Amino acid sequence: MVTTVANLKRGQKGIIKDFDVEALPIKLLEMGCLPGNEVEILHIAPFKDPIYINVNGSHIAIRKSVAAQIELIVEDSIVQ
Amino acid sequence: MSKQINVALIGNPNTGKTSVFNALTGLNQKVGNYPGITVEKKEGICKLPRGVKAHILDLPGTYSLNTTSLDESVVVELLLNKNDKDFPDIAIVVSDVENLKRNLLLFTQIQDLKVPTMLVINMADRMIKKGITLDTQALEAKLNTKIALVSTRKGSGIDRIKELIADYKNLPITSNIDTVQIAPDYFERLKKVFPKEDIYKLWLVITQDVNFMPIVKKTINDDTDFALKTKSELKKMQHRETVLRYKFINDSLKETLTIDTNAAKGLRASLDKILTHKVFGYLIFFCILLLIFQAIYDWSSYPMDFIDEFFASASEWVKNTLPPGALTNLLAEGILAGIGGIVIFIPQIAFLFFFIAILEESGYMSRVVFLMDRLMRPFGLSGKSVVPLISGTACAIPAVMATRNIDNWKERLITILVVPFTTCSARLPVYLIIIALVIPEGSFLGLSYQALTLMSLYLLGFGVAIISAMILNKILKIRSGSFFVMEMPNYKLPLPKNVIYTVWEKTKSFVLGAGKIILAISIVLWFLGSNGISDDYKNAETIVENRIKSEGLPEINQLTIQTQLEDYKKELQFGITRGLYKINPQALNDSIEIHKEYLYKKAIEQEISSFELEHSYIGYMGKAIEPIVKPLGYDWKIGIAVITSFAAREVFVGTLATIYSVGSDQEETIKNRMAAEINQDNNKPLFNLASGISLLLFYAFAMQCMSTLAIVKRETNTWKWPMAQLVFMSIFAYIVALIAYQTLK
Repeated sequence: MVTTVANLKRGQKGIIKDFDVEALPIKLLEMGCLPGNEVEILHIAPFKDPIYINVNGSHIAIRKSVAAQIELIVEDSIVQ
Repeated sequence: MSKQINVALIGNPNTGKTSVFNALTGLNQKVGNYPGITVEKKEGICKLPRGVKAHILDLPGTYSLNTTSLDESVVVELLLNKNDKDFPDIAIVVSDVENLKRNLLLFTQIQDLKVPTMLVINMADRMIKKGITLDTQALEAKLNTKIALVSTRKGSGIDRIKELIADYKNLPITSNIDTVQIAPDYFERLKKVFPKEDIYKLWLVITQDVNFMPIVKKTINDDTDFALKTKSELKKMQHRETVLRYKFINDSLKETLTIDTNAAKGLRASLDKILTHKVFGYLIFFCILLLIFQAIYDWSSYPMDFIDEFFASASEWVKNTLPPGALTNLLAEGILAGIGGIVIFIPQIAFLFFFIAILEESGYMSRVVFLMDRLMRPFGLSGKSVVPLISGTACAIPAVMATRNIDNWKERLITILVVPFTTCSARLPVYLIIIALVIPEGSFLGLSYQALTLMSLYLLGFGVAIISAMILNKILKIRSGSFFVMEMPNYKLPLPKNVIYTVWEKTKSFVLGAGKIILAISIVLWFLGSNGISDDYKNAETIVENRIKSEGLPEINQLTIQTQLEDYKKELQFGITRGLYKINPQALNDSIEIHKEYLYKKAIEQEISSFELEHSYIGYMGKAIEPIVKPLGYDWKIGIAVITSFAAREVFVGTLATIYSVGSDQEETIKNRMAAEINQDNNKPLFNLASGISLLLFYAFAMQCMSTLAIVKRETNTWKWPMAQLVFMSIFAYIVALIAYQTLK
């Protein structure tokens, strides 16, 4: 199943499939947000924004607009 | 003198880089600015074995050499410029054992610049708890470097860093990554045109916004073969670079680093659960705010009162000890009062930064930002604006300094611009006295009108700040390149040493930075208030004494003396009835007579100084602006108080005290005196509901604080923004006060 980081619920995980390099800040890539790495949603702030994720061991918070740019492959078994 | 070894400390934020810096340099550090920009420059001296010294430069934290802010550009510019006097003989990359993978990205970039580079792996004390094992020797071989495993908390490993610094000549200078692979075609061509230059340096010059090697940059930009076609092309290359580096890092760590993930969970998860909770999260934040508020507002009043008294008595002492003259007056009333005006802010600044340092060191601040970001965004602010806005209710100066954490320039600028609207503690004395004068005492639903007025003023200040932010967000056309990506660091117990250093540094930079300007303007105000050219000013003493001889003291002063004398009699009587002392009736009368004479003498002195002020430069200025302030319901005396308040709002009460020749800052006396003041035009009290509300609103909105202007100048590095604040806030205040007075009168 393909989705984006913005659509996941707390506790869900996915593997980064692809993203539009231009839409994402370089800083995010440097933090380890690269294709093939796993993303886990740790918390979502009240009002559903920003989103607190763990990617490649980096704990970072990003705004929803950026999260929507990161495409993921979610193993169906993880989605409940 | 033997040559010092130049050391540059480089690392990601939250790796404990500053702790390493503190451990290496101790108190031998100084904080300044890089020339021309507001980026803080921290440097210090570290003593190495055998009498060698190292000069340590603590560079701003950065995640990589791809810069997004001024702070980060400083790092790249230094590393590119071999001629800079601070160019490092050795670069130390500080990393955190838990985020080693990410930290190594920066490490490999710096190695590629052919600077001797060593790696410090900090927070080694957490390895066992986090289930981390690391083969340092094998990693040294993989990365072609030397590693010091350090725990600044336990103080271990610092000696190893010092040894490695002393031995910097033996560090390998080999890069691990074949940078040509980033874009083989492009790099090969570059190599042909600039055979002498280092290829990775060239790459940074091309991609980063740095003022270095302008000739090379120009050649590249002019040559259509080299100019990068689009931004996206560049970004794709940077993407490839990042992937390339991570590939190398993952390979290096595969056999050297193991993490038992079962051990790693724990504190972070459970604390995050509570602290970012949609109810408890806000509740806890609110409680912490209350605590900070209490400290800044209440606890700091004790040291502040002490400072106030200290400077008052110091100035008294100078006046009584030194031979009278202009120089003594300058020292006592200009310089000492000016310095007192700076020092008095120290407790509030120190308290605020004490809390901010703890919240930041512990990792809690990021959670607050996380909680508040969405709420602040409609106003053009960020989650990171919350702390400055709230600290603004104590004092705008530390609040403006606290905006440094906001990495988006537009959001930071808007925060700086609106912070002075929040009700700072300097407005409080003005509010209290005016409210007591003009707002009736009754109550509404058990809440007194006066308390409600005060609360409305606080809400008004905050409301106007938010609305202005919204408007500024619409009109300011600033392209702010930075996205909101925030690291959520792990929770740690703050190191007391780091907290103390932060408080010390911030306080010092306030005293030295803003202090100079405050002192200068205080001296100017003093000069204008205690000098005059007219004959009236020069002969003030004779004129007033003659007037009093013929007309006697003004009625109001006589009444005041009467009450003060009654009080004195009561006090004496009280002492006698309680048996504290015995006095015969004759001595009692004498004592009362002496006191009466003393009070009269004081009253005359006050009349003289009041007359002098009226005919001093500042008095003429007050008279000159009277036509301007009259529509607001003020006379020239209030006009003077308003002018002097542009130095600092709290001067208002003191100035009125001098003008009305009350001679003491005691609120009751000034209040009575103000209540008795009559408007010459209509013979009604000067301070009535209309003029009172007008004054309150004027003080709520006007930019009357030169310290804030000074600090805004320092933080924005231009006079443009503080001047804009001064002009717009004052005009706005004037218009609002005008409307209020004209409708209410």
